[in-house]
Amino acid sequence: MTLALETRGLMKSFGGLIATNDVSLQLPKGARHALIGPNGAGKTTLINLLTGVLTPTSGEILLDGRDIGSLGVEQRVRLGLTRTFQINQLFGDLTPIETVALAVSERQGRGGDWWRRVGTKGAVLDELVEVLDRFDLTDRMTEQTRLLPYGKQRLLEIAVALATRPRVLLLDEPAAGVPEGEREEILEAVADLPKDVTVVLIEHDMDLVFRFAESISVLVAGAVLTEGTVEQIKSDPRVKAVYLGESEA
Amino acid sequence: MTDTTASPTLTPVDRARRFLAAEARWSWLEIVFWIVAFALAFGFRSNHLLFAEIAILALFAVSLDLILGYAGIVSLGHAAFFGLGAYTVGIMARSGWGDPLTGLVAAAVTAGILGFVTSFLVLRGTDLTRLMITLGVASLLHETANKLDWLTGGADGLQGMMVGPVLGRFSFDLYGTTAYVYALSVLFVVVLGLRVLVHSPFGHTLRAIRDNPLRARAIGIPVARRLIAAYTLAAMIAGIAGALLAQTSGFASLDVLEFHRSADVMLVLVIGGSGRLYGGILGAIVFRLAQDGIATLTPQYWQFWIGLGLVALVLAGRDRLETAGRRLVARALPWLAAKETTR
Ligand SMILES: Nc1ncnc2c1ncn2[C@@H]1O[C@H](COP(=O)(O)OP(=O)(O)OP(=O)(O)O)[C@@H](O)[C@H]1O
Ligand SMILES: [Mg+2]
Repeated sequence: MTLALETRGLMKSFGGLIATNDVSLQLPKGARHALIGPNGAGKTTLINLLTGVLTPTSGEILLDGRDIGSLGVEQRVRLGLTRTFQINQLFGDLTPIETVALAVSERQGRGGDWWRRVGTKGAVLDELVEVLDRFDLTDRMTEQTRLLPYGKQRLLEIAVALATRPRVLLLDEPAAGVPEGEREEILEAVADLPKDVTVVLIEHDMDLVFRFAESISVLVAGAVLTEGTVEQIKSDPRVKAVYLGESEA
Repeated sequence: MTDTTASPTLTPVDRARRFLAAEARWSWLEIVFWIVAFALAFGFRSNHLLFAEIAILALFAVSLDLILGYAGIVSLGHAAFFGLGAYTVGIMARSGWGDPLTGLVAAAVTAGILGFVTSFLVLRGTDLTRLMITLGVASLLHETANKLDWLTGGADGLQGMMVGPVLGRFSFDLYGTTAYVYALSVLFVVVLGLRVLVHSPFGHTLRAIRDNPLRARAIGIPVARRLIAAYTLAAMIAGIAGALLAQTSGFASLDVLEFHRSADVMLVLVIGGSGRLYGGILGAIVFRLAQDGIATLTPQYWQFWIGLGLVALVLAGRDRLETAGRRLVARALPWLAAKETTR
């Protein structure tokens, strides 16, 4: 079986700082994988490398067995590798329906159509509403995104990524900054993602990670400290040390 | 944006469909505007030359709006395309090809080629580098036109343009009636096209790129390709505007490439508002009429007053100025204030 996503010896240094240090990951199709580690461990940097926002100093990235290291961000999206952002990156002037429509048109190769109105092509509207509905966004889908409550914006972050129909979805702290009461909705949405999508979740909340993930990689100072099943990670004294050390600091 | 389509009886799909359709629907204000604009051809004859100028400036501004207001590319050198279009039809008309419409096509092509080539320079970089690059391209073109005096007439301008009648029938008259109807018709056709474009998937990707290029790429939008297309199209339209000016005035000189043209058209958008298609038109009307009006009041200082007004507009921001203006009026007229609060 080929892996959905694989990295081999991925390295990234910013000047003297090694932000990603020899990271090799192997994710089978449909995996529910969590990436954890203290602040500044290099989790977001790893996502930036995977998606092509940053160029690795060395190492390989394979999507479905294919080396995608030389492809641009948008080409990787077309091949099925999509991410969300730790800090909202949305289109403030557009509405959720328009935002999701962008992703769908582009996926269908119709993003360059200039002669027809958005939403006038076949079953597109059904799909848009379906995606928005999954994230409970249909009520406010015609409001400007910038006016939405923060929690809804966090949901739209995931919705628009899912609208690209990724094979591998990288979620960078989807519940970051969301108040306690609203976290549950986001976590449920994450848990309900389609089973055939390979999901990588970055998250600081351990309860959540243990609930969601089947496998976990622990990143410390750019390198993989350890990886394994939830049980293995839970009982690993080194992981405890990292997190205890952090909470004491 | 208020959501007038919300209704419990509608399915979400229906609401989505209605919302997207409503976004692109003609407003009565638009319809009235075009009717009035064309009706003006039947009166105010002595003003038709001025109206033609406004229509041309509006077209130029609309083209800048496409890249500035929609795609978010700032430019201080949009006159490069305007001037190239003007010289294209000018040189053609001097060499015996005076047909206006084919001239417009040729101007669109030459300006489009320049736009396409230079678009690669503005793809990356910050607003500041874009300003410098566009400024540089325009001054380079200005200098080139100055040097190639055998072709362009240099500082003296292009002499001896013979512009034929529009569609082989309507000659340009002294009052400028043909000029006005011609320029307005071209503006109308371009706006018709852009109306479709800005509500299309392509148009939406431009707005997305303006709002957040990082995210645009992250959902698969080929940002570079879209910006190249938009920049090329805007250049073509600016070229057409320049061509219209040369044809309706029967003259082209280095003035069409001057820096003040790029700056003026930017100011027009500042006045009228960018990213709303009609902002360029509204701005052109206000700008040109203000220029005329203030010039008659204080001939020496009109530029100062326009400048002052613009500085206020930019510093305060349009929204705040609008609110401040409304508050000022409200204070002067208490009954209006009462109306405001009951609203
Ligand atoms: N573009 C950059 N240039 C220089 N240093 C960078 C850059 N991006 C990240 N870094 C550094 O790399 C390290 C890893 O940062 P990264 O954002 O990947 O951490 P993270 O694990 O996502 O942390 P957090 O949990 O706070 O989001 C940090 O020390 C950061 O300062
Ligand atoms: Mg991070």
